[in-house]
Amino acid sequence: MSDLTTEPVISARDVRVWYGTTRGAIQAVDGVSFDLRPGETLGLVGESGCGKSTLGRGLMGLLPDGAKRDGEVRYRGRDIFAMSPKEAYGLRGSDLGMIFQEPLTRLNPLMRISEHFEETITQHEPKLSKDEVRTRALEALRLMGIPPTRYRSYPHEFSGGMRQRLMIALALVLRPAFVVADEPTTALDVLVEAQIVQILNDLRRNFDTALLLITHNVGIVAEACDRVAVMYAGRIVEQGTVADVFSNPQHPYTRELLASTISLSTTGLRFIPGSPPDLIDPPAGCRFHPRCPDAMRICASTSPIPTTREAGGTVECWLRGPRDLTPAERAPLAHEELSDADEA
Amino acid sequence: MRRILSALAKPFSETSGLARWMLVIGIVLTAVFVFLAIFAPWVAPYGFAQASAHGTDFPKLGHPDGTHWFGTDRLFFDVYSRAIWGARTAIEVVLLSILVCIVVGVPLGLISGYYGGWLDRILVLVMDALFAFPSFLLAIVFSFLLTNIVGGSVIAVSLSLSAIYIPQYYRVVRNTTVSAKEATYVEAARAMGASDGVIMRRYLFGNVVQSVPVIGTLNAADAILTLAGLGFLGLGIQSTQAAEWGHDLNRALADAGSGVWWTGLYPGLAIVLLVTALTLVGEGLNETLNPTLRRRRLLPVLLPARAETEEVR
Amino acid sequence: MQTRPDVRGDVLMDVRELSVHYGLRGGSLARLLGRESGTVRAIDGVDLQLRKGEVLGLVGESGSGKTTLGRALLGLAPATSGSILFQDRDIATLSGRERRGIRRHIQMAFQDPNAALNPSMTIEEAVGDALRVHGVTSAAERRARVIETLERVGLAPVELFLSKYPRDLSGGQKQRVVLARSIILKPDVLVADEPISMLDMSVRAKILQLMLDLKQDLGLTYVYITHDLASAKYFCDRIAIMYLGRVVEIGPTEEIFAQPRHPYTQALLRAIPDPDPSRMVARDLPRGEIPDAAAPPTGCSFHPRCPVAQAECGWEARDLRTMLESHWTRATPEEYVRQAEVIGDLSHLDSPGVQTVTLGAGGAEPVQALLDSIRSAEDDPLWRGVAEMAPEGSGVRVRFHDGVDPALRRAGGVDVACVLYPETPAP
Repeated sequence: MSDLTTEPVISARDVRVWYGTTRGAIQAVDGVSFDLRPGETLGLVGESGCGKSTLGRGLMGLLPDGAKRDGEVRYRGRDIFAMSPKEAYGLRGSDLGMIFQEPLTRLNPLMRISEHFEETITQHEPKLSKDEVRTRALEALRLMGIPPTRYRSYPHEFSGGMRQRLMIALALVLRPAFVVADEPTTALDVLVEAQIVQILNDLRRNFDTALLLITHNVGIVAEACDRVAVMYAGRIVEQGTVADVFSNPQHPYTRELLASTISLSTTGLRFIPGSPPDLIDPPAGCRFHPRCPDAMRICASTSPIPTTREAGGTVECWLRGPRDLTPAERAPLAHEELSDADEA
Repeated sequence: MRRILSALAKPFSETSGLARWMLVIGIVLTAVFVFLAIFAPWVAPYGFAQASAHGTDFPKLGHPDGTHWFGTDRLFFDVYSRAIWGARTAIEVVLLSILVCIVVGVPLGLISGYYGGWLDRILVLVMDALFAFPSFLLAIVFSFLLTNIVGGSVIAVSLSLSAIYIPQYYRVVRNTTVSAKEATYVEAARAMGASDGVIMRRYLFGNVVQSVPVIGTLNAADAILTLAGLGFLGLGIQSTQAAEWGHDLNRALADAGSGVWWTGLYPGLAIVLLVTALTLVGEGLNETLNPTLRRRRLLPVLLPARAETEEVR
Repeated sequence: MQTRPDVRGDVLMDVRELSVHYGLRGGSLARLLGRESGTVRAIDGVDLQLRKGEVLGLVGESGSGKTTLGRALLGLAPATSGSILFQDRDIATLSGRERRGIRRHIQMAFQDPNAALNPSMTIEEAVGDALRVHGVTSAAERRARVIETLERVGLAPVELFLSKYPRDLSGGQKQRVVLARSIILKPDVLVADEPISMLDMSVRAKILQLMLDLKQDLGLTYVYITHDLASAKYFCDRIAIMYLGRVVEIGPTEEIFAQPRHPYTQALLRAIPDPDPSRMVARDLPRGEIPDAAAPPTGCSFHPRCPVAQAECGWEARDLRTMLESHWTRATPEEYVRQAEVIGDLSHLDSPGVQTVTLGAGGAEPVQALLDSIRSAEDDPLWRGVAEMAPEGSGVRVRFHDGVDPALRRAGGVDVACVLYPETPAP
């Protein structure tokens, strides 16, 4: 883990991704900022519809036509969003890597593994000889625990977990500085998931890759990430180190999310009433206020301002500052009876 | 009621730009022809086999003029009236044939796709064989056969047309059924205790017939052409049984040599217009009803300028 | 907390030596000729009893057979052998129509709320269809019961939901509809197939709570199928851990979690990711993955991955290949090249069930030396299974001990299928 004085690999500032539909514009990602340093793993966690996958795709330039993105994402000083598509495309593979959820659909069933690797490597480093390419590929596979005897196999001859390791190996063979992993373990069994998490952990130690891990599984974030960013309705509501945020959550949503996660130590069921907001017409003020047990008057009218947490990171909640509130603003919000129809 | 209206309005509400205009033009044109078909007796000034009126005989191959807007042909018939009556014939025949196609093809496809096994294998073989034949040739053969049995009439021709189009409906419904029957909700219906019949009727039917309207309209376009083709070859409907554009075109062939253009132009134009109209409707429906073709309509979006916020880091 | 029935309830369903085998149609030629090649033993000899009022958890990963077992209980999966007794009738041998009648009493709630509802039916139609299928012909009566059931599952105001389509509802709401559909006939048994795994974290607890309430109000008996041990711990009275078509451990929930006995159970517990940051311990996980169900390992199916496997666990040639390959992932590329030459081709090690095999192409002595060096460097349970190694031709002949396939035996408060727990002789 690098200290805070190192230059971040990726610096996102006020990223917005909006889709237009017949009903109005979906504000899928609405002002997200974060930094990622070399060798650091940032877990982007949230539930369905919070915009985390959209953010991942937006960073990679994989948005469908018609989606508009805004803001600034600096990679090694250059703004990815301001680059021409050709320039941005050139970064893929060698500088920016991607790991997706379902590996079988991302691997060409007609190509052997060796061919996959050869193609990837020679595209970016055409001067390497065939032997050198093979050595690089086998090295990447070895790190993933895939035996060299399987180098000439086809993707379908591997099991699910092995395929995901293959994907990771392919994404890393060019040693990109920044990798986005979108729900890499969601489709895998528990034991295999744990194996992949171990691999991702080793990655942090061996390479200096900055990893953005997008997931809905809070437990995986706790095991595999250094820092965490909690997303809700298109915004990051809390960021910080995993140890700090999980043991001392400052934002009510983070607190409720952790409390409602069923784990081996769960003794009572807790859940968050209501359901995530409609992103076309999100609630005024803080987007979480209709469901927040600690909501105050000001939460319904004014959006909270990001505040620094005590132990580092940020949180967006009027309960935490940045300024003192008047008694009128601090008055608890009278929740109208959440009609059951809004219950998820 | 509301559901039907909103379903009907879907083609308009869910398309935009060129697709919508094409659909609208197609629907309007088709509506015109349908109107003509229904109200032929009132719209057409004369009958389709009428050679005289008010005591005066019609001229032979007369130029278009005040009384005969489209002129007359060699059999003393009024071309304008025959064009309108031809619409009725075309719509009748095509409607009947498509009805038969749907009534036979869709259930067969459903049952075949659901049960699989040897029934499915045999049917697929038969249908593919039918489908592989050049459709026009097949139509000729069928119309020969059926004319002997049923007599050269609207029904015989409709049935010949059905025979060549059934495989399309069968295929589409069968293929959709084969994949739809693996869906979880079908298994849930089984888990509920629903019998095969109930599953096919209530769970599969509504979900596999989305393509049928599209196939139906595109079929109709093709059927008009095939009908005209049959008529052109002298098979199927004769002049005195009903008015048929293809048949008229055939007779107009000889006239062209002698500079008579009106006997050929109008029936031909009618065919072109109706086929184009139906095709436009079919393709337009495809855009709205076919979920795979429908690209997500992402409308352009304008991001508002950022509000002034204090950034505290 | 779930209510645990203190009194041993009556046995509602009795599953005896149930097997569900599927034939595989592999290869185009075989398919053309309609011949089967290979069987997948989705369920391979399962004994189970379901008591009234309890929640029995079937926990396992993919390929464990838990989903197939759930379906077999409803008669949706054809039983190859064995019996499922319910109300003095054997579901496995019922005719189609009789089986449909049984589904009045045994119902299923499905995993994916997006796929479990017919997209062209309104909520009222979807839930009411269960009644219709079982003979309630009056539309008014159906409507009344649908309204009552929808209220019970917490979808209120009900009138709002009756005419909606599944696409208008959220995941949690759809799952409530799925539950409504399965309870409207007031069944005795409800088989819930991963009912919350596709829902968001904050919604799972809601649905789980709903299921508990329904159990209280309607006196349901649940079979809860899941891969998530955490929710099983909270929800279930008894848990059966399944692996590759067998039950490997079964017992009361507290006992299973307090003292997991089967190595697979222990591994599952260690592998659960926990958001508690203080619980970040290194976990030694079993290697490898779930094997191909069409060619399962001999003896105990878990032995290739088991960290504490013994000599009699059913070692075979395929394990030798796995061991070599895993050794090579840790060796340097030069070592691999050298050793691969000595060992030669490995493809003859791929047939299942081979107990004696000759390995190596570089001469008996080099091969033996290599095997010895591997053995001393890495402590692999495979070596316990090697009975003898002798030179043969240009290689070494390896013979493994005879393997046993352990049956469930009593160990403390649970039944476990593992040779580590000796079978107590029958009295």
